[in-house]
Amino acid sequence: MSDNAIHDVERLACDVLVIGAGGAGLRAAVEARLAGKRVIVISKSLFGKAHTVMAEGGAAAAMGNVNANDNWQVHFRDTMRGGKFLNNYRMAEIHAQEAPDRIWELETYGALFDRTADGRISQRNFGGHEYPRLAHVGDRTGLELIRTLQQKLVSLQQDDEAAGEGPDKLQVIDETTITELFVEQGAVKGAFGYRRGTGRFMAIAAPAIVLATGGIGRSFKVTSNSWEYTGDGHALALRAGASLINMEFIQFHPTGMVWPPSVRGILVTESVRGDGGVLKNSEGRRFMFDYIPEVFKAQYADNPEEADRWYTDPDHNRRPPELLPRDEVARAINSEVKAGRGTEHGGVYLDIASRRSAEYITERLPSMYHQFKELADVDITAAPMEVGPTCHYIMGGVEVDAETAASKVVGLYAAGEVSGGMHGSNRLGGNSLSDLLVFGKRAGEFAAEHAAVTPAPELSEEEIAAAAQDALRPFANDGENPYELQAALQAVNGRLVGIIRRAEELEEALAELETLRPRIANVTAAGGRAYNPGWHLALDLRNMHLCSVATAKAALERDESRGGHTREDAPGMDPAWRRINLVASLDGDELVLTRQDVPAMTPELLGLFDPSELAKYMTPEEYRSTEAEDA
Amino acid sequence: MSTRTFRVWRGDAEGGDFAEFDVAVNEGEVVLDVVHRIQAEHAPDLAVRWNCKAGKCGSCSAEVNGMPRLMCMTRMNLFAEGEPVTITPLRTFPVVRDLVTDVSFNYEKARRMPAFAPPADLKPGEYRMQQVDVERSQEFRKCIECFLCQNTCHVVRDHEENKPPFAGPRLFIRAAELDMHPLDARDDRREAAQDEQGLGYCNITKCCTEVCPEHIKITDNAIIPMKERVAGDRYDPLVWLGRKIFRKGRSGSAAG
Repeated sequence: MSDNAIHDVERLACDVLVIGAGGAGLRAAVEARLAGKRVIVISKSLFGKAHTVMAEGGAAAAMGNVNANDNWQVHFRDTMRGGKFLNNYRMAEIHAQEAPDRIWELETYGALFDRTADGRISQRNFGGHEYPRLAHVGDRTGLELIRTLQQKLVSLQQDDEAAGEGPDKLQVIDETTITELFVEQGAVKGAFGYRRGTGRFMAIAAPAIVLATGGIGRSFKVTSNSWEYTGDGHALALRAGASLINMEFIQFHPTGMVWPPSVRGILVTESVRGDGGVLKNSEGRRFMFDYIPEVFKAQYADNPEEADRWYTDPDHNRRPPELLPRDEVARAINSEVKAGRGTEHGGVYLDIASRRSAEYITERLPSMYHQFKELADVDITAAPMEVGPTCHYIMGGVEVDAETAASKVVGLYAAGEVSGGMHGSNRLGGNSLSDLLVFGKRAGEFAAEHAAVTPAPELSEEEIAAAAQDALRPFANDGENPYELQAALQAVNGRLVGIIRRAEELEEALAELETLRPRIANVTAAGGRAYNPGWHLALDLRNMHLCSVATAKAALERDESRGGHTREDAPGMDPAWRRINLVASLDGDELVLTRQDVPAMTPELLGLFDPSELAKYMTPEEYRSTEAEDA
Repeated sequence: MSTRTFRVWRGDAEGGDFAEFDVAVNEGEVVLDVVHRIQAEHAPDLAVRWNCKAGKCGSCSAEVNGMPRLMCMTRMNLFAEGEPVTITPLRTFPVVRDLVTDVSFNYEKARRMPAFAPPADLKPGEYRMQQVDVERSQEFRKCIECFLCQNTCHVVRDHEENKPPFAGPRLFIRAAELDMHPLDARDDRREAAQDEQGLGYCNITKCCTEVCPEHIKITDNAIIPMKERVAGDRYDPLVWLGRKIFRKGRSGSAAG
C-alpha cells in the first residue's frame, strides 16, 4: 500500500456526528438538526437498510388506545419486571413516560400505523406487557419506523435547501465504517473510518458524537441480527475510555426459524403468540403451562381454558404463558428440546394454523406467511412452524446518564441497543423500538447542547496517520482468513456462552478467546481496498472479539441466573446480585470488571409495586420503606 | 449436498468478466448462502451487498440467470439439477465492484420527492384515520427499496438519457402513497408525478410489478390510478374551462 493511499484522507467536520443510521441514530440526527446543528450521520450500510428494518412486532407505548387502563406507570412496572429489577429505573421511567409522544410524533412525519375502529393507533399484545401496547404495522413495524425517519431526514434536507443552506447542514454518508474515535483529555473530538465502496479513509472532527451502532449478534452463528451487528459502538466506546454495563445479558429470542439450516436464526415475530399462536412439543403438549415461574404466577394462566379466554376477555382472565417474557420462553423451549421432546430439526412447534383462520393469519402476519412460504416451503395457515431460540439482542451496553444519554467520556453519547441499563437483565418485546426513539431523541438533544458550548476540535495528522496504519494492517498480515476466524469466534460463543452457561465452560470460553486474540490481530485481507468484504470483516473482528470477552467475563463473574443470563450451576435469582451492575472497561488492552450499585428506586416508584412482589426480588431493607409508608 | 457451478461477474467500472466456481450446495439454501460460501472458501474479496438475509432490507439485489431478484430469497431448488447459476450486478446502475452497484440514482430521486405535508390543524396524537383508508398507502409502504423495479424498468434500463427526467416506479408508488394518505395536506401529488417525475414515460408494461419481492401491485394500484386521475383532471373540458376562467395553478385541481 503506497504512502499516498494512507495520506489520502477525506477531511470533514460537523457539530454532531451520529455513528449509526438505524432508528436511534436517525432520531438523534433529527433532533440535533432541529436544534440548529450541523449533523453528519454515518451509515455502515445503505441509507434505510439498518437492522431496525427487521423489527417486526411493534413499538411499546402506553397510549391506552386499546385498553384505557394503560398508562406509563403500568408500562414502567412491566419493564422492571421484564428486566428482573436490574434496570436503571430512571431510564425505564423516562422511557415509559415519553414513548407515547415519540410515537405520535412519527405520525406527523408521515408514519401510517394500523388503526383502531375509532381511527387511533392500534395496539397489540406482546410478552410481558399487561395491556395491548405495541403500535404496529402488520409485522413490519421496523420498516415503517426506519422509512419514516429516513424520509424525515430527507425532508429536513429539503427544508435546508429551500432556506438556502448548504448541503453540509445534514449529511448522510452511507456504506462507511468508523474504526476509531479520537479522544483528547477525556473528551471526544472526532472519528476515523473508511468508505466501503472505495476504501478511501475519512476523518471527521466533531465535539459531540452519538453512538447508535446497535448490537453484537454477529458474534453468534444462530442469530436474528444482520451482518452489521459486530459490536462496533461497544468496542469504540471501550477504547475511548467509556464503560459498558450488563454485558452478560444477551437475549435469545425464543422463536427463530430452525429449518432449513441456511435460515436458522431468522426471527419469527412474537406477534404470532400475541395473536393466538401456541407452543407445542413433539408429543403435541402445550408445554408452557409447565414453566411459569413463581414470580409470574399471579399474572399468567395455569390452564388452557383460562389462557384462551384471555384473548377476548383480558380483564377477567390471566394471560397465556406463551406470552411470558422472552427469557422464560427461550429457556422453556431449550428444556423441552433437551428432554427429547423437540421436533425433527431440534426446535418446537409454533402453531397458529389450528387456532386462527387463514385470512386472519395472512392479514396480521403477512411477512411471516411470506417468509415461511418462500424460505421453508411451509404454509403457516395450514401447518405449524418449527422454532427455536436465536441470539437477538444485547441488554448490555454503554453506561449512560439516564437523562442525557451521555457516557463517561465527555461529548460521547449512546442510544438504542448500544446503550445499557434501560432493559436490565431482559428486554420486553416492543421496548426496543420505543427505547431508540426516546433515547435517540435525548442523545441528539444533549449532544447538540454540548456541541453548542464546545469549541470546534482539531485532528492532528499524526493521529489520523496512526488510525490509517491500523486499518491497513490486515493487508500486511500473514495470518488466517477472516471468515474462518469469524466462524471460530461464533463457535466459541455458541458452544460456551449461549443460552445456558456454566462456570467451567465460561472459563474455557475465556481461554479460547485468549488464543483467538493473536490470531485475530494477525488476520489477513486479500485483494484491494475497493468494496472488499474480507477486509471489512477483518476490521470488524476485533470489535466482535472484545465484546465477546466482555460478555464471557461478566457471565463468569455473575454466579446467579437472571433474565438473559442463565447459569446452570447457579440457578435462581440472588437478591444480593440484583443490587449489582458489572461494569466493563479497558485497562490498556485488558478488559477489567468492577462492581457498582444499581441505582435505588425512589419510594414513589417502589410504591407502584405490591410489597409481596418486591419481596421476590429484593432484600427486605430495600423495600421496607414503602411498607412503612403504606402502613 | 451437491456441487453446482456458479458463474459470477467480477470487475469494476472499467470492465470485467465471469469467474467460475464449483461450490457445494446444501438442502434448503438460497443463492446468497452460496455466494457467502464462495467468499469464505474461494474469493474473500468478492464484493456483494447484503444485510439481513431475510428478505426485509432489500440490499442483495442482483440478476440471477437474467432475472432481477433478491439473492437471499432465491432458493437453489428453483434451478434444475446441473443448471449453472449465473449472477450479474443490476444492469441499470453503474458497477462499483463485482455484484455491487451504485444505486445513488434512487436516493437522488427521493431527495426531489416532496415530503409528507402534515395537516396544519392537528397536533401530534390527534390524527384519526380509518384502517380501510390507510391500507391503500400501507401497500406502498411495504416497499423495501431493493430497487429491482427501478432496475427492470425499460424506460431507464438501457436508456441513460431518460434518467434525468424519470424518477421510476419506486418513486411513483411513493407519490401514490402520499396522494392516498388520508391526512397529507398537499393536493398536487399526481400533477407533480406527471410534470416532475416523468410518470408519462411509463407505458404500463408491468415489468416492475413482476419483479417486486413484496408483491406490491405497482402498476395496477399506483401508476394506473395516478395516470387516470391526471388524465381525468387535465382533459375534462369543464376542469379545463374552470382553469382558464379562474386561472388556477396546477395545485388547484378540481378533483383534489
